[in-house]
Amino acid sequence: MAKLNLVQAINLAMHEEMASNPDVLVLGQDVGQDGGVFRATDGLLEKFGEKRVIDTPLAEAGILGTAIGMSLAGLKPIAEIQFDGFSYTVFNQLEGHASRFRTRSQGKWTVPLVLRFPYGGGVRALEHHSEARESFYAFPGLKVVVPSGPRNARALLTAAIRDPDPVVFLEPKRSYRAFKEEVPDTPEVMEIGKAQVVQEGSDLTLISWGAMMRPVLSAVAEVKEKTGASIELIDLLTISPLDAETIATSVKKTGRAVVVQESPKSFGAASEVIARINDEVLMYLEAPVKRVTGFDVVTPYFGREAGYIPEVSRIVAGIEETLKF
Amino acid sequence: MALTDIATFRIQHLQILDENGNLDSKLDPKLSKEQLLTMYRWMVLAREADERMLKLQRQGRIGTFALNSGQEAAQVGAGLAMGDKDWLVPSFREAAIRMMRGVPLVNDLLFYNGFEEGSVYKDLQRVLPISIIVGSQSLHAVGLAYAMQYRGEKDAAVVTYIGDGGTSEGEFYEALNFAGVWKAPVVFIVQNNGWAISLPRHKQTAAQTLAQKGVAAGIPGISVDGNDALAVYKATKDALDRAKAGEGPTIIEAITYRLLQHTTSDDPIRYRTNEEEQSWWAKDPIPRLAGYLKKRKFWNDELEAALREEVRAEIDEAVKEMEALTALKPDASFDHVYGTQNKEIERQRADFLASLGG
Repeated sequence: MAKLNLVQAINLAMHEEMASNPDVLVLGQDVGQDGGVFRATDGLLEKFGEKRVIDTPLAEAGILGTAIGMSLAGLKPIAEIQFDGFSYTVFNQLEGHASRFRTRSQGKWTVPLVLRFPYGGGVRALEHHSEARESFYAFPGLKVVVPSGPRNARALLTAAIRDPDPVVFLEPKRSYRAFKEEVPDTPEVMEIGKAQVVQEGSDLTLISWGAMMRPVLSAVAEVKEKTGASIELIDLLTISPLDAETIATSVKKTGRAVVVQESPKSFGAASEVIARINDEVLMYLEAPVKRVTGFDVVTPYFGREAGYIPEVSRIVAGIEETLKF
Repeated sequence: MALTDIATFRIQHLQILDENGNLDSKLDPKLSKEQLLTMYRWMVLAREADERMLKLQRQGRIGTFALNSGQEAAQVGAGLAMGDKDWLVPSFREAAIRMMRGVPLVNDLLFYNGFEEGSVYKDLQRVLPISIIVGSQSLHAVGLAYAMQYRGEKDAAVVTYIGDGGTSEGEFYEALNFAGVWKAPVVFIVQNNGWAISLPRHKQTAAQTLAQKGVAAGIPGISVDGNDALAVYKATKDALDRAKAGEGPTIIEAITYRLLQHTTSDDPIRYRTNEEEQSWWAKDPIPRLAGYLKKRKFWNDELEAALREEVRAEIDEAVKEMEALTALKPDASFDHVYGTQNKEIERQRADFLASLGG
């Protein structure tokens, strides 16, 4: 066991998978010599050489498009985009091709690549460096994974690299160096498409993911101390395909739910979580499902992001409102 | 202080067989009779298939498709130059070379009749499906080429197609740029047919040639008469040889003309003149090659009649085969969304099947 932070855990997963599978390679801007702007790919160039750790020209669609070609030839590329806000030029390749090759060719051609990028706010960054837009990538044919801590980040990235499908791996950048966790010495895999009940409870289900899990944990502890409420906490881990079963089982038991996301309120993953709760367990609800989210505004500059990103007090208020309903 | 030239470029144009079937013997690639007849056969098959498919579309027996007539030489010349291990990454107007590389006509008929099964070329490992999004496929070709370099495959390269309109797409420039940096074994063939639906070549770019689009990426380019199968062969062969020798990518601009519509939904008379079309019918690559074959005594009217009959019968068979495929799974869309099991998709499949049954 080693105590690692989230970015070190991601680095470890890539080291391990590259060491065990010669088809795995990494490409992106500054991923080689520089080790990535967040150092996620640190040390890979020295260990695996420039054929497997490719410093690409500055062109995001080029990175993903060539990664698609590599994966069609049987390689396992891990493509890095430097920041969430720079990912939008890859949509043509992502929706137009990565998500479609398997269906287009009825299973003959597959694109088992990983597209990683840091996402979300809270690091006092420039415009376009703080977006949380996980639902943008949630379309058929793609898997969208968001780890919340070092241990699950390592296990989920390992799973993503081994997965037969294209996986968009969103790394909560404010959690990169926020805390450390014990990470097992040998590779560990978590199932993609499976949410995790991280804390059992009976009065309310709280569903969140990524960087929001930290303030959510504090809020849950605060509410428990104040009211004694027993809250079941679900870490979604995979945004798409959504694990509706774990959510429904929990909400059926608790009758109340709060969803916390950093994205704007409308058209985000929380909306889909609530729709699925309605589909599955509406009649068990004792209160409307509450969303604690960002706001329907353009992602603000960092001077105003503190109030924009859900913080402990807003989450506590959301939980209490739902408990009292 | 000085102002000096620090970079220059030159683009050459290659024509071996002119409009009147005259051969430039200094440039003659000296293809065998068999090779010449192979190219000719695929050109005729592609042309006849185009004509038949247009009728099928008008009868509602297939859907919209992109016509290929007039551009056959820009494809079969390259097809002949390719080796067994070379990859083909097509766009959507390359029926002749795709068939030449082994895609059965029945697949295209099925594809244009709205079924993904048409894109499953069972025994072909190195031909990608048709790519509809203009310009996006060029990057896949570069990635494939990188994979070949990575694996040390030295006897193979990638040929990828795009149109004149496609060369305006950002992804095309990104592909050229990545290929240049990586010295990727890839040949970009631009079929410049003069028109991107209604946009004429001169409004597509102010550049003098499309071949020079490689210059900024450090890639050599050549312009060829795209209606001259011999020139297309020679340019592609040279480019493939370079690629396989580790000398990197090449861009070939094949100047040709789309004699018919962009697709079956298009009406070219809205944007171009009958005179212009007629001037290009006079440069039709099929009679041009036929004339040369006749001069060489490799061809005559009886052989032509027999070939036409043979390919029409082949097309009839493919149409019959496609129309006999009635057992296609209605729920195949649910089969390959993911490579792993997904309960929600299975539940939706059941709903879908129930809605069909109800």
